[in-house]
Amino acid sequence: MDIHIENLKKTYGNQAAVDGVSFEVRAGEILGFLGPNGAGKSTTMKMITGYIGIGGGDIRIGNRSVREHSAELKKHIGYLPEHNPLYEDMPVMDYLRFCAELQGVPKQETTSRVRQMIRQCSLDAEKHKKIAELSKGYRQRVGLAQAMIHDPEVLILDEPTTGLDPNQIIEIRKLIRELGKAKTVILSTHILPEVEATCDRILIINKGRIVADGTAETLRRQARGQQVLQVRIEDAEEQDLRADLSLLPGITSYTPVDPALGRWHIEASPGSGIQRSLFRLCVDRHWVLTELIPVETRLEDIFRDLTLN
Amino acid sequence: MSSVWVIARRELASFFDSLIAYILLVLFLGFSGFFTWLYGSDIFLVGQASLQEFFSVAFWTLFFFIPAITMRLLAEERKTGTIELLLTKAITDTQVVAGKFLAALLLIAIALLFTLPYPLTLAALGHPDYGQIFCGYAGLLLMSAAYISIGLYASSLTANQIVAFLVALFISLFFHLIFGVLSNQFSGGTGQFVDYLSLSSHFESMARGVIDTTDLVYFLSIVLAGLLLAQLQLFKRNLD
Repeated sequence: MDIHIENLKKTYGNQAAVDGVSFEVRAGEILGFLGPNGAGKSTTMKMITGYIGIGGGDIRIGNRSVREHSAELKKHIGYLPEHNPLYEDMPVMDYLRFCAELQGVPKQETTSRVRQMIRQCSLDAEKHKKIAELSKGYRQRVGLAQAMIHDPEVLILDEPTTGLDPNQIIEIRKLIRELGKAKTVILSTHILPEVEATCDRILIINKGRIVADGTAETLRRQARGQQVLQVRIEDAEEQDLRADLSLLPGITSYTPVDPALGRWHIEASPGSGIQRSLFRLCVDRHWVLTELIPVETRLEDIFRDLTLN
Repeated sequence: MSSVWVIARRELASFFDSLIAYILLVLFLGFSGFFTWLYGSDIFLVGQASLQEFFSVAFWTLFFFIPAITMRLLAEERKTGTIELLLTKAITDTQVVAGKFLAALLLIAIALLFTLPYPLTLAALGHPDYGQIFCGYAGLLLMSAAYISIGLYASSLTANQIVAFLVALFISLFFHLIFGVLSNQFSGGTGQFVDYLSLSSHFESMARGVIDTTDLVYFLSIVLAGLLLAQLQLFKRNLD
């Protein structure tokens, strides 16, 4: 089921939480929803899942509007709310069965679905414990299991990995990737490596508006105005190097990072072939080029650029 | 309907898991048993095979106990955030409210079921009026339904269970006592109207063994109003 969102709006009081957001997610795609706290991620997700009403615009899931068919669409949506609320007094098995029954899973399939989710989320050792007794990692798995108990076509996960340790994060990511193959997944996070590791596409939202939309690669290409290199040139005098660097075609800035070791930070306009001319220069002068590292624009920087103005 | 039952079953299980159910049963049976059989104007003192005394004790104990049962129904879900989980499942707000109402009513029904030995004992002691006893029980159930729906509405207002308890008690007090007292202050149409609002006058006529359609309409209107208001409170999240 594809999700089409058109000019979505929501205001709380006189503050616009979501202000004209439009995007699409196709079946089989995992979309990473990124943004600072209070950017409108959760509000958008709550509107998609039908928890709160749509302020303006429209959300269409599989060509049906959430406005009119919310009740029916809920059967096809799996939702893990922010902070992963759970009925703590219930044992894991009972809880999953309860969720399956509410989601309209046919009676004869309930047991097999519960068993399957327990296996998939590796909850076997904990299945008879009360949810209150579980560690954070296991609670998160119970949250994922309840979201997927009815094998929904759409999965909405609001910060699925907050509060987990690195091993658990990798496991949950793997789980999401595995289960997300045939589903339409939207997951929100503010952990940047997470989107790169899990998502096919990234959407950055700030103050209720979309500020970037694309794969990690396209975002990088858009953001990269300059080619950045970190080099180490040995056996060169600083004055000589400085003079020669200034003559290289396309170079825009050169600053010594650690002059004693010959480390420099160099920026040049893209497509100027700066690596080649640097190498030639060193050969001509009999200097030794021991390091030449292209510095990638980090997702963190793109994120900061887009959300901090 | 099946979703309503799924919710009611979970709610009922959580009453029994959290000891609320047991505490309520012990206190309710303790109070009513003590005053019906042992103390005050008990059955042996009055010397009549009638459950009047039990009905008037239950009338007051249920009034206090019901807000304690209903206070957590929605307030706790709001506090822990599970309300978001519940309302994004493939069920309607109406089913949620109805399920919770049913769970509380079933708990009260179970408590009343445990008092069944009272009429059985009476039958052994003398010749009680079974019609009157049946009407009394029906009155207690209807009164409970009314207070449960008031409690459910109070619980939908807040995330704080104590606030929900006090609000429920406050609203219920009007029906339980205040309207009855006020009706004496007014004469004519106003007096009659305020008297009609008083729950105790409706209950008393039922406990005497008279079931009137006006009584039924009265109790069911309170139930319906409470449930609708609670549902309206849930619906509020859809507004800007």
